[in-house]
Amino acid sequence: MNLRIEVVAIDCLMVRLFDTIDEANMPWMLAASLRLREGFGAHLIDLVPSYTTLMVHYDLMALAPQQAREVIVRALQGLSPDAARGGRQHVLPVWYDLSVGPELTLLSQRSGLSMVEVIKRHSQREYQVFALGFAPGFAFMGLVEEVLAAPRIKTPRKRVAAGSVGIAERQTAAYPLESPGGWNILGRTPARLFDREIEGYSLMAPGDTVRFAVIDHAEFIRLGGDDTPLEALT
Amino acid sequence: MSVLTVQNSTPLCLLQDAGRFGVRHLGVTQGGALDWVSMSWANKLLNNPLDAAVIEVTLGGLTLVAEDDCCLALAGADLGAMLDERSIAPWRSFFISKGQQLRFTQPVSGARAYLAAPGGFDALGVLGSCATVGREGLGGLDGIGKALREGDRLRYSGMSFELHALPDQRVPDLADSRPLEVVLGAQIGQFSGVSLFDAFNSDWTLDSRADRMGMRLLGPELVYQGKPMISEGIPLGAIQVPPDGQPIVLLNDRQTIGGYPRLGALTPLSLARLAQKLPGSVVRMRAVVQEVAHREQVHCLEQLRRTF
Repeated sequence: MNLRIEVVAIDCLMVRLFDTIDEANMPWMLAASLRLREGFGAHLIDLVPSYTTLMVHYDLMALAPQQAREVIVRALQGLSPDAARGGRQHVLPVWYDLSVGPELTLLSQRSGLSMVEVIKRHSQREYQVFALGFAPGFAFMGLVEEVLAAPRIKTPRKRVAAGSVGIAERQTAAYPLESPGGWNILGRTPARLFDREIEGYSLMAPGDTVRFAVIDHAEFIRLGGDDTPLEALT
Repeated sequence: MSVLTVQNSTPLCLLQDAGRFGVRHLGVTQGGALDWVSMSWANKLLNNPLDAAVIEVTLGGLTLVAEDDCCLALAGADLGAMLDERSIAPWRSFFISKGQQLRFTQPVSGARAYLAAPGGFDALGVLGSCATVGREGLGGLDGIGKALREGDRLRYSGMSFELHALPDQRVPDLADSRPLEVVLGAQIGQFSGVSLFDAFNSDWTLDSRADRMGMRLLGPELVYQGKPMISEGIPLGAIQVPPDGQPIVLLNDRQTIGGYPRLGALTPLSLARLAQKLPGSVVRMRAVVQEVAHREQVHCLEQLRRTF
């Protein structure tokens, strides 16, 4: 770890901990997040974690830039990864089907694997949540097996159904709300990913681990899923 | 309880406040009034908290009818506001009587007007704010991210019968052509030398591709020579430079993280000025040291709190 503090705006500093995306970063990132939240206390406006960085947005009426830097330095002194305080574990049920996951074909062609094998490989791995972004509750997870990696589709869809599960490069994610999007879609989860009724609003948080569980159409419907075909939306 | 009924509206007439805070780590955008200075003055004219819920009217097209006698306040752009047949200038509070119609016709100067009501408009706070973000389905009158629509009833509970006008020397100059101030960011050294010169010595034209997420600037192509970036948190006002070399100033409804290199971020005071510029306007940028910008911002906020 090579910790740097960079200016990003009048009242924001970027704490840079790593230079590459790695599952092994997460215990450090979680520990640093906690320390910064404690260190800034009521003067923290927002803390935005991403793969390798934590952006601190503080109250500029309470802290001058130099003071904010000092809080960060103090908070992160002697930082050590907290392996015990791991994130939560989730199992997301997914109905993998061409009608709601049209890129199953493409991923199968690219990888030379059968569709059944693509589904198996995607669902048998445990993924880390690296960051939330793009939309409320949208969790960037990884890493998917190299053989399943695929660039975003050339023309992003105007409408991707809520619950759609996709792959972009070596990351995977599920769309919490209907939105535009360019990920390769291979299935749909009936799980509520972002909801005011959920404690903390978002089902997933950075540092959590996620597995996808294969379910059939009947189970998908029983769990409250909407089986409108993806292409019927556009 | 008093009510204003919406007779006409556009997708750009939105309930706003200072924005949503403490939830950006969930991917929830900040939202809030683009010209926070004008929002603050509109509220101040009625002795409201500076961040009470207001209506942000962009370019005009809003018509309201009062169901009660009351006092409202207007700040920001002059959008040709008419109270029945009488024109209403911004930067003051004014009486409106039951049955009178307030309508915003077209931009005379500036782009965004802020209408405040005594005590602020009542709205369901969602994640701590009523800021309307359509994309996320958050905020607005019903809490689901909708712009104002015909038939909406805007309620407010306060009362005010005291008229105020902003002293002339406090009225922001919306035609102010001073350069926009940029707090330089960490990637600044990775743009080519020519690009750095161009960034701060060229005219930049505001593109028509502009919304509450961002405003694109057209001018010389800026060349980033550093390594591709891993997505990271985006502050308000960040000036990101995508591969086409044309910078985009990221505004209140921006995504929370992103991976394009940045020149830096505009100061809040410069953002408020930018929010009043129409597509086709020409702006310039200049660098400012974080500490200097910080002092100016603190001074401005103290002044806002002290006035009246």
